[in-house]
Amino acid sequence: MTSAAREGWLERIEAPDSLTLNLGGRWDMRCAQRYEKELRHLKPAGTQALRVDFAAIESLDTAGAWLIIRLAQRLRAEGIDVAFDNLHAAQADILERLTKINSHVEIEPPRPNALVAIVALVGKSAIDIGLEVMEGVAFLGLTVVSLARAVVRPKLFRVPAIFYHMEQAGLNAIPIIALIAFLIGLVIAYQGAVQLRQFGAEIFVVDMVAVSVLRELAILLTAIVVAGRSGSAFTAQIGAMKINEEVDAMRTIGLDPMQVLVVPRLIALMIVLPLLGFVADVMGLIGGGVMAMIELGISPSQYIDRLSQSFAPWSLGTGLLKAPVFAAIIALTSCYMGMKVTGSSENLGKLTTRSVVHAIFAVIVVDAMFSVFFAYIGI
Amino acid sequence: MADQNNSAIRARDITVAFQGVKILDKLDLDVTRGEVMGFVGPSGAGKSVLLRTIVGLNKRLSGSIEVLGQDLDKLNYRQRRGIEERWGVLFQSGALFSSLTVAQNIEVPLFEHTNLPLDVIEEICALKIGLVGLPREAASKYPMELSGGMRKRAGLARALALDPEIVFLDEPTAGLDPIGAAAFDELLRSLQGSLGLTVFMVTHDLDSLHAVCDRIAVLGDKHVIVTGSMAEMLEQEHPWIRDYFHGPRGRAARRPENA
Repeated sequence: MTSAAREGWLERIEAPDSLTLNLGGRWDMRCAQRYEKELRHLKPAGTQALRVDFAAIESLDTAGAWLIIRLAQRLRAEGIDVAFDNLHAAQADILERLTKINSHVEIEPPRPNALVAIVALVGKSAIDIGLEVMEGVAFLGLTVVSLARAVVRPKLFRVPAIFYHMEQAGLNAIPIIALIAFLIGLVIAYQGAVQLRQFGAEIFVVDMVAVSVLRELAILLTAIVVAGRSGSAFTAQIGAMKINEEVDAMRTIGLDPMQVLVVPRLIALMIVLPLLGFVADVMGLIGGGVMAMIELGISPSQYIDRLSQSFAPWSLGTGLLKAPVFAAIIALTSCYMGMKVTGSSENLGKLTTRSVVHAIFAVIVVDAMFSVFFAYIGI
Repeated sequence: MADQNNSAIRARDITVAFQGVKILDKLDLDVTRGEVMGFVGPSGAGKSVLLRTIVGLNKRLSGSIEVLGQDLDKLNYRQRRGIEERWGVLFQSGALFSSLTVAQNIEVPLFEHTNLPLDVIEEICALKIGLVGLPREAASKYPMELSGGMRKRAGLARALALDPEIVFLDEPTAGLDPIGAAAFDELLRSLQGSLGLTVFMVTHDLDSLHAVCDRIAVLGDKHVIVTGSMAEMLEQEHPWIRDYFHGPRGRAARRPENA
C-alpha cells in the first residue's frame, strides 16, 4: 500500500441476469461516506443477482467492508443472490470477522418511563437524604470519639498539621475578610445615614453599625467566606486523597484518617474562625467610622466616644460565641463530603460543590436559631 | 532511510524540555508503514513524552515531525483534522470520557469526523466493540462500571473508531493480568494483520514485545539508542539493553520460543 493509492471508487455493470459492482482504490472510511447513500438504496432490477468484484481494491477497512456486508445482508434478506468475487485472503478475513459480530448494541442504559422515573427519583432522594443524615450523625460521632481519644492522649494531636491549616484557613484569609467587612461597614453606615438623617438621628448610625456588624454580619460573612475558601479546599484535598487511595493506605499503616485528616482541620478552624470574626468586627467598625465621617461629619473621636457609650459587651459576645459553632459546621461538612468521595474526579467536583452549599446553608440556619435563642434569654 | 511513501512517522532532531530539563535531545526516529514498533527504555526515559510529542500534546523546542508524509508544522486547520482522522491514540488508563457510555465514547470521533447516518454509526460502533472483544452488554455501561482491562479495550475501540492508519498505544498491557495481556497482544496482532495498521507502542511488557513487535526501539540518554528486531536486541552490547533483555524476566519471556 502506498500513499499514491487512489481514492475508492465504484462502477456498475448491468447485465441481463446480474448487476456487477466493481470496487476499487482505497475502500475506506472516506469512501464509505461518499457511497453510503448509493449503496443504501441500491437494488438489482427484476431477477438480477448481485456480484461484487473486489479485484481492484487496494485497501479495505472496517467501515468500507461494513457497507458491503450491510448491502449483502439487506439484499439476501429480500431473497436476492449476492456473490463476492476476487476476494484477497486479507479482505476475506475482515469480511468474515465483521459478519460474525452482532451489529446491534444498546448505546445507553435503558430508560424507565417518565412517570416511574419521577416516582423513583422522589423516593430515592428521600432515602438518600435519610441516609445522609444518618451518615452525618455517624461521622459527627466518629469525630467526637477521635477528638476525645486525642484529648486523653495528647500525643495524638498533630500540632504541625493544626498550625498548617490555621495558616491556610486563617492567616491567608485575613486580607479578603478584612476587605469585605470594611466594605460592609461602609455600606451599612451609608444606608443608615440616609434613613436616619430624615429624623435628625444621625448619631444613631453608630449604634446601628455596632449592633448589625458585631452581632450578625461580621461573623456570618466570615463564615460564608471561610466555607467557600477553606471548606471547598478541605473537601477537595481529602477527596483527592480518597481517589488516590491515600486514605486507604493510611488505614493499612495504622493511621486513623479521622485523627490525621479531620481532627486537625476541625481544631484549626475552630481556633481561627473566632479570630477572623474579630478582625471582621474591627474592620466593619472602621468602615462604619469612615463613612460616618465622610457622610455625616462625625469625627473619629466622636465616633469612638459614641461607640464606647452604646457598646454592649454582649453584642460582641454573641457574635464571637457563634464562631466556633460555625467553624465546626464548616469543618465537619467539608471533611464529611471529602470522605464520601469515591472513584472519579467527576464525583469529587460534585461533592465539593455540595460541601460549600450545605455548609453555608447550615451556617445560616444555625445563625437563625442562635438569634431566636439569644432573644429568648434576653442578651 | 525509509522511502518517503513508506514512512508512517519520520521525526528529526526532536528536543523536548520541561522546566529547563531536557527529556529528549535531538532524537531521530523512523517508523515504517504497516509495522509494529515497540518502545522500551528505563522509567523516565521519555517514552510517553515522545508519544505525546508526536501527536502534538507536548511542545518541542526543535525538530520536525512528519506523519504519513505530511509535516505536522506546516498543516492548516483542515489538513490537521485530516491527519487526526488517520491516527488513533490509546492512553495509559483508557482516558474514556466518564460522562459517556462506552458506545457513546466510540461514537464521538465518528460523529465529529464523518457524515455517516446515525444507524451506520451505531453499527460501526457495535463492530468495534466486537472487534476488540468487549461483551455486547458493556456498550451501555459507563467507564466507571468497567474493569481496567475492559476500559483499555474500550479505549482501543475508540482509537480504532475511524479505521486509522496509525495507532499510538501507551502501555496497553500495563495493569492487565497475564491472560488479559496475552489476549490483548493477540487481538492487536490480528487487527494489525487484517487492517494493515501501523502501531506505535510504548510498553514494558517483554511478552508483548515478543508477541507483537516487528521492531523495537530503545530509548535512553535522551534519544533512540538503537532500533531493530528482537534478535538484534539480544545481541546488543549496551549495558542497559543487555540487562533488560537478558535479565531474569527477559529470559522467561523468551522461553516459549526456544522450547
